[in-house]
Amino acid sequence: MRPQVHAGDLPATGPAIEVRFRLNGAEVAVEVDPAERLLETLRYRLGLTGTKEGCAEGECGACTVHVDGVPANSCLILTFQIEGRDIQSVEALDETALEPFLAGGATQCGACTPGVVMTASWVVAHPNLLQTHRIRELMAGNLCRCTGYDGIIDSVEAALPGAGNA
Amino acid sequence: MRVRFAETSTEVCAILADDPSIVPLAGGTDLLVHWPDRHAAHAATYLDLGRIAGLRAHRWTDDALLIGATTTYWDLIRDPRTVRELPLLVEAGRLVGAVQIQSRGTWAGNIVNASPAADGVPVLMAYDAVVVLESVDGREEVPLADFYLGYKEMRRSGRQLVRQVRVPLATRRHQRFEKVGSRRAQAIAKVGLATLEAENGWRVVAASLAPTVRRCRAVEALLDGGEPLGGPDDLLPALRSDVSPIDDIRSTAAYREQVAARLLFYGPASGEAPAGAS
Amino acid sequence: MAKLTGRERYVDDLSIGDHLWGATVRSPCARGRIRSIEFGPGVDWSKFTIVTADDIPGRNAVFLMEYDQPALADDRVRHVHEPVVLLAHPSRDVVRRAAKLVAVHVDPEPAVLDFCAPPTSDQIQYGDDNVLKHILVEKGSVEDALAAAPIVVEGEYFTGAQEHVYLETQGMLAYVEEGVVVILGSMQCPYYVVKALKPLLGCDESGLRVIQTATGGGFGGKEEYPSTIAAHAALLALKSGRPVKLVYDRWEDMAVTTKRHPARIRHRTGVDETGRLLAQDIEVVLDGGAYVTLSPVVLSRAVIHAGGPYACDNVRIDGRAVFTNAVPFGAFRGFGAPQAYFGLERHMDVVAARLGFDPAELRRRNLIRDGQSTATSQTIRDGVDREEVLDLALRMAGWADRRGEIERRNAADPLVKRGLGLATFHHGAGFTGNGEVMLQSVVHVAGMPDGGIEVRAASVEMGQGTTTIFTQLAADRLGLDPDRVAVAQPDTHRVPDSGPSVASRTAMVVGHLVERACDDLRSRLGLDGDDRGEAVSAAIRTWYAGADGAPGELVGEAVYVQPAHIEWNEETYRGDAYGAFAWAAYVAEVEVDLRTCETRVTDFIAVQEVGRVLNQTLACGQIQGGVAQAISWALLEDFHWKDGAMQNAQLTNYIIPTSDDLPRIRVAFLEVPYEHGAQGAKGIGELPMDGPAPAIANALAHALGVEAGRIPLTPERLLAELNRRAESASGGERRVAS
Repeated sequence: MRPQVHAGDLPATGPAIEVRFRLNGAEVAVEVDPAERLLETLRYRLGLTGTKEGCAEGECGACTVHVDGVPANSCLILTFQIEGRDIQSVEALDETALEPFLAGGATQCGACTPGVVMTASWVVAHPNLLQTHRIRELMAGNLCRCTGYDGIIDSVEAALPGAGNA
Repeated sequence: MRVRFAETSTEVCAILADDPSIVPLAGGTDLLVHWPDRHAAHAATYLDLGRIAGLRAHRWTDDALLIGATTTYWDLIRDPRTVRELPLLVEAGRLVGAVQIQSRGTWAGNIVNASPAADGVPVLMAYDAVVVLESVDGREEVPLADFYLGYKEMRRSGRQLVRQVRVPLATRRHQRFEKVGSRRAQAIAKVGLATLEAENGWRVVAASLAPTVRRCRAVEALLDGGEPLGGPDDLLPALRSDVSPIDDIRSTAAYREQVAARLLFYGPASGEAPAGAS
Repeated sequence: MAKLTGRERYVDDLSIGDHLWGATVRSPCARGRIRSIEFGPGVDWSKFTIVTADDIPGRNAVFLMEYDQPALADDRVRHVHEPVVLLAHPSRDVVRRAAKLVAVHVDPEPAVLDFCAPPTSDQIQYGDDNVLKHILVEKGSVEDALAAAPIVVEGEYFTGAQEHVYLETQGMLAYVEEGVVVILGSMQCPYYVVKALKPLLGCDESGLRVIQTATGGGFGGKEEYPSTIAAHAALLALKSGRPVKLVYDRWEDMAVTTKRHPARIRHRTGVDETGRLLAQDIEVVLDGGAYVTLSPVVLSRAVIHAGGPYACDNVRIDGRAVFTNAVPFGAFRGFGAPQAYFGLERHMDVVAARLGFDPAELRRRNLIRDGQSTATSQTIRDGVDREEVLDLALRMAGWADRRGEIERRNAADPLVKRGLGLATFHHGAGFTGNGEVMLQSVVHVAGMPDGGIEVRAASVEMGQGTTTIFTQLAADRLGLDPDRVAVAQPDTHRVPDSGPSVASRTAMVVGHLVERACDDLRSRLGLDGDDRGEAVSAAIRTWYAGADGAPGELVGEAVYVQPAHIEWNEETYRGDAYGAFAWAAYVAEVEVDLRTCETRVTDFIAVQEVGRVLNQTLACGQIQGGVAQAISWALLEDFHWKDGAMQNAQLTNYIIPTSDDLPRIRVAFLEVPYEHGAQGAKGIGELPMDGPAPAIANALAHALGVEAGRIPLTPERLLAELNRRAESASGGERRVAS
């Protein structure tokens, strides 16, 4: 379904820039305003509203996407900056992989959840990180106001390959 | 708003020489904060450094780490050699925001953003880092300790690109980075202290205690002198001649000063090895 | 799973037709007369929809309890950020810029911003004394009892405001469809919005349709304020003839919407040498801000809980909510009880210290037993062993051994001090006294042609698990598979008014109505109570088949009925304040680094008796989430006010915990079913807000010997307190050197 783009949802500050990148495994080409953030391109231009805006300052992590396989705040990225890069948004996550989060009480209101599962899925896919980092430190860029975090941390531990880690 | 692109650092320098008001853009994690409301910033022209291969890479030589113009915090955190040779870079890097910021934020961007509360700058300064500036007029090297002239004022003209940050390798002991923030991650430093003992004396670098990140020369002299200190208060005269903390939205002058004195007394002045690090 | 995959749609994810974006122009100062509104040069204002108070078709008020709060300020402003002008434009960016170019010129008048100072005559703006509400609770004879008490302990405590920081900011989408104003948005109480918009727009229910979209957190912050945003979006939609989206940026949301009421709590407590409470003389003052909002009800709950879960024959609780020119304060999870409890439970430790008692023993001595009465003279007879609640918490904490061990370690460690602190408390679920009667909540459970059912209630899902709980309750009641149970989206054209999603009432009160509506459905089908599962589905299908296509639905209904045993006198504030209380004991362990005075909570135990745990994951999540919010309120969340305006309205500078700032929160439940709650459940949504702050303050007092009487207990405040103590101890200028 092609999303209907409301031009007014996006800034218009200068000559448009053509940007080509990989999004969720497919090649994409868009024309964006120079001041347009990746968060806005995803939500308002491409109709992928899973990525959320919580603070516009890179504190809450609700806008977390993967850039070349590593979590980043899409509210702090201008779309022209990701020319040629590999971007993954929450829409690319596999439901089966998310089952531990459903069972573990990782989500309540859901507003932080897309960002949380993006960071969490990256941790789960890179368990070697736990040789140098703790889970709570890796998840610290995703603020949650509902859960108190135990449900999230427990879900990450349950989703990790093999035994749980602290 | 307009954006310029380049493919080499030479092109970058030509563009900047032509219009020094153009703002080179590395990661963008400082520039983009509150972006929808920053209407004045939407009227500027930027130069995207992100598409230039070769600016991102960092390189080790026999006697230095060469950090690229767009090397991220995460790039160095994940390099095991950094942990071994320059551990404070990893400690400080891990305290910058959270992973999402570390993967995009750059060391050079942190220097040029010139926040008095920077996290990368203090450890680089403690390691005697040198800022390598490039322009159409050639290269200029400025020790980071001499780079800042005042609040958000630095020895870089609009024509110059921070091409590299050179961090000399050396024997260092008692390496510590203390960041006191409002929480354990995603915090701006209320007090930042990078301290180590180099072969030719102490380095004590303070963040958030003055309009710029800076070496605390009087405190260094005190530590170099080796006189035993009775308590944190004995550091105050030296500290007060080096820094001038203020009350602001994050903390108070009294707190900052007292905490800095305590961290110094129980840290570098104690003669004890720091927990964990070499 | 929709939340996990990003498919759940919140209001900013929606777009309708050719929508405009709205923006709000606000008062620059805390009080004054609007002299003029100036539209800046260089802007083609004809391209904007502009709405002021003159455009309001009905009454210029956002009705909640009174009609005092205008939707748009007309000739005067009473608080900074008060809405004055609304703009709409097709471009979000353009309207944001334009809002900064409209200047509201105000001739300032003397503003009152200190709720503890008596107002001067030129600061009086409500009644003749700026008191929004006064409540007095009296039991026995407190003055006589204090005079006769062997030991009297006084204390004064302060709690700061708190911002909700729901991860989804507030927002509404409004449009007009066939003469009906349709509002979609993030909210807790769709029918509050209806009630507010009717007089404002001069229409009745049929002219309004309010639909709750997926709501990304509320915590009370989306109880009242949505009515204001809905009013604004509706006014813009009516004037422009286009749909309007009005979504707040984070800094606007933090600065202008309601927050928890700041409070001062004073105690004078008489005890005997055995630790028995003889008299409690308590004063609670709340900063009500510039409009009434719900302050009288917040005060009510504060006053009712201020004496705690204790038996005391002589109690006086004097509560006032006072007017100030602050941005109005409003509902926040706990609703007055956290403030009152901070004062009480910190004070109980002060009393214990004076007596030389272990804080746990002082609680044990005074916990209310069945047959004894509360401060409002409500006799408690619920069969709950409150001592068992306390004992379980103490066991989980290893209280006795740990306190001693901590004290020994503290003596030996000059740089790190630890402390263990306790709070025992209770929380009444549902609306106070006759509140539920006034609400007259209604729930429908409709049979569907395919044999399934649909639960229709105005209760919103905002993360606390309403959808899951209602599904479970209905499925259990009728023996159906949960797959056969749908829960309708709260749409005021489709669901009856079941009351607001507040006051810990959704599972207990509304959930019980869901059960009774299921019973009604069953009886309309002519079935017995034993008929369950497929028998019910078949009967529903048969009903629809027999209806022969005639219009009409099979709907079971339940209307709230006050349990017979609840008797409450609103004049004297005596009687059964709540049908049921949940009871709790929390223990916090803290660690303070004396180099920086930073506090880490290293362990937290939350034990509560809740009637019945309907869903372990959800219930545990509620407790952990509430505990986290209250720990944060106690240690991290601070405000920098300047002339009434919040200076730190960004997530960079208004601090809530990350995952790395909290310990694992250990939760345990005890269950003594409450017969009038769904499956025996009592409400638990707000309970966890009451205990953590005083438990942490008590732990800090244990660790450092500080007074810890004012939250947030930031490192700066702790250091200042330690300095003051050292100064007075040494009688000179010396600061603390450890």
